[in-house]
Amino acid sequence: MTNAQSPAKEAAPGVMAQAVKEGLFAGILAFGMFLLYVGIETYQNIDNALVWRTRWGLLAIFVAVSAIGRFLVVGFFKPRIDRRKLAKAKAGIPEVSDDKGFFHRNFLKIAMLALVLYPPVVVSLYGVQGSLKFVDNFGIQILIYVMLAWGLNVVVGLAGLLDLGYVAFYAVGAYSYALLSQTFGLSFWVLLPMAGILAAFWGIILGFPVLRLRGDYLAIVTLAFGEIIRLVLMNWTEVTGGTAGISGIAKASIFGIWSFDVGASNNFARSFGLPMSSAYYKIFLFYVILALCLITAYVTIKLRSMPIGRAWEALREDEIACRSLGIDTVKTKLTAFAIGAMFGGFAGSFFAARQGFVSPESFVFLESAVILAIVVLGGMGSLTGIAVAAIVMVGGTELLREMEFLKHVFGEDFTPELYRMLLFGLAMVAVMLFKPRGFVGSRQPTAFLKERKSVSGSFTKEGHG
Amino acid sequence: MTSGNTTMTRDTILKVEHLSMRFGGLMAINDLSLEARRGEITALIGPNGAGKTTVFNCITGFYKPTMGMITMNRRNGEQHLLERLSDFEITKKAKVARTFQNIRLFSGLTVLENLLVAQHNKLMKASGYTVMGLLGIGSYKREAEGSIELARQWLEKADLIDRADDPAGDLPYGAQRRLEIARAMCTGPELLCLDEPAAGLNPKESLALNTLLNSIRDETGTSILLIEHDMSVVMEISDHVVVLEYGQKISDGTPDHVKNDPKVIAAYLGVDDDELEEVMHEELDGGSL
Ligand SMILES: Nc1ncnc2c1ncn2[C@@H]1O[C@H](COP(=O)(O)OP(=O)(O)O)[C@@H](O)[C@H]1O
Ligand SMILES: [Mg+2]
Repeated sequence: MTNAQSPAKEAAPGVMAQAVKEGLFAGILAFGMFLLYVGIETYQNIDNALVWRTRWGLLAIFVAVSAIGRFLVVGFFKPRIDRRKLAKAKAGIPEVSDDKGFFHRNFLKIAMLALVLYPPVVVSLYGVQGSLKFVDNFGIQILIYVMLAWGLNVVVGLAGLLDLGYVAFYAVGAYSYALLSQTFGLSFWVLLPMAGILAAFWGIILGFPVLRLRGDYLAIVTLAFGEIIRLVLMNWTEVTGGTAGISGIAKASIFGIWSFDVGASNNFARSFGLPMSSAYYKIFLFYVILALCLITAYVTIKLRSMPIGRAWEALREDEIACRSLGIDTVKTKLTAFAIGAMFGGFAGSFFAARQGFVSPESFVFLESAVILAIVVLGGMGSLTGIAVAAIVMVGGTELLREMEFLKHVFGEDFTPELYRMLLFGLAMVAVMLFKPRGFVGSRQPTAFLKERKSVSGSFTKEGHG
Repeated sequence: MTSGNTTMTRDTILKVEHLSMRFGGLMAINDLSLEARRGEITALIGPNGAGKTTVFNCITGFYKPTMGMITMNRRNGEQHLLERLSDFEITKKAKVARTFQNIRLFSGLTVLENLLVAQHNKLMKASGYTVMGLLGIGSYKREAEGSIELARQWLEKADLIDRADDPAGDLPYGAQRRLEIARAMCTGPELLCLDEPAAGLNPKESLALNTLLNSIRDETGTSILLIEHDMSVVMEISDHVVVLEYGQKISDGTPDHVKNDPKVIAAYLGVDDDELEEVMHEELDGGSL
């Protein structure tokens, strides 16, 4: 089966003939493939004997879908895509189009406004108690992942170091808050920076031996470190509570002025004469994580245009060239590791304050993989792309939980969220097929002489570790 | 860029003594001694596989030599033993910059950004190792503007100013070569080591390269150590030529002297037909690293 296409318009009849041919071929292929799998079904009859029956109708549907699908793709979609590409090439427009509409230009402002207004709008629509689900599951949950992915982006997207154990720093942050607040009774606002510093410290300690490795080796060792931290948390029972974890972690307060503890005299709801609800705490947390995300974004953007950030990106492009320019690559890598870890630590302490409970369960490798997937899907290095990827991926997962109606389709024991990994995988494959560089594949230069032109993803590299 | 030192001091900037480099059983460099003089273009020539790139890698710290001593005399009187420094320190402290036989640009960064990365150490210091720069204290802003200005100067010299905001990977080959040289110059070197800068260039690009190299020597006083395959380029621009064959020095002197040295002619043209064919073959193949 050849995919050779004559792109010009005059070849249209040829294209149709080709489409029919390929459609038929696909149909025959599908028939051959599905004849035994779909066309024939085996089952046990009442006597427990294995018998078979045919399902010609279903087989016909399979074959028809394949044949018609192939016909449409070859006959209509491909020529159209080719034509569009040709027109683009003729007009000299690069793949990344520069024409920006109102929405595009003011994207950041609109997004900010929407995020700030999100809790009040939800409260006014669903009531205080009803807003809980939206603010917590959709708002806070997504923003935590946005922050984690932005933190990991410094390491993977900018410096090009493949870190598969990022969740370790998230854990360090969470346990730092949990343990220090229980032992010393320190408040969230004191411990938040401390958790970040501790995580950065661990980032440097882990980074020192590891960063001499490159590529696959680095990935494997960081993965191992992630697991080691988790195993320590699981087995050092006297301190960490083992698999049972730590519960009853203090809540964050509004800078010590209002508290969210039910018994406290300065309880937020009581002070304002509002009915008791945990929703206020969640709304408060929403703004806290939103602020944390903004700080992360601000620092990342600032650092990118500073020498250190440029060195990170240069490191991703070519480590040897960096060294030939007098850049200490080990130190540069360590700073990337430390900064990324610090953001992970912030997110971790926030997570602990939000849950009121931490256990090693929350810091499994799968979390690292999800965060990394978000970074890759978003387009390595692009904050906007990563935020979109986090919304799609995490929001999508939460949506699955909501899809009760699927139970009516697939039966009572169908739990849709169990399929989230499958969907994650499918989304990954789809994005990598159509946008191999992620949602936002181009990179914004950090300095320019005449005009800022975004750099197409085909020039940037992913790094070698 | 260093302040224009117009008085050409004739002293030695780089001294290589009894340098040897062994790869397993292969003696890639065997007891090589050579000198490069300040303010001059010194060329290192020889057939493919003679060990030229290996010499460069030893000088710039990418290989640790098996034996020998490499001394860099800086303008301010500092002496550095290069075999004891690691690769990035050689650029940072001893002020030796290099380019690569197979161009190594940051292809996803713009041309301008490539030149800014080269000024990393200076800018890091000015930004108080990022902390002060992040808080907006200190001289970072001024220094950052200065670094863009320096980059602009080099872009003009290298005739790349129109492509300043394009990705480096998008440039034609000759422009990439010039960019790599401009980038090395932005580290402010006293000695610039160029590994086959003319390889693969068309005659026009080759000419532009010669202009750039001459202007580097004459306007900045930077000494140049140059590996070259193409004899015509070497003869045109170098002040001093060292010829290498099988890791050993076979001739050393002015271009005229070297050109007429029977040993060099034998090395380049071969003594019998077999070798001649081999040399021709290598000439056609161009470079390798
Ligand atoms: N890293 C290395 N490992 C093993 N052999 C090497 C290495 N680098 C260079 N060589 C060998 O050293 C010899 C000199 O190579 P090179 O310096 O690249 O030659 P030139 O640059 O003069 O063409 C060659 O035989 C080459 O195969
Ligand atoms: Mg070579």
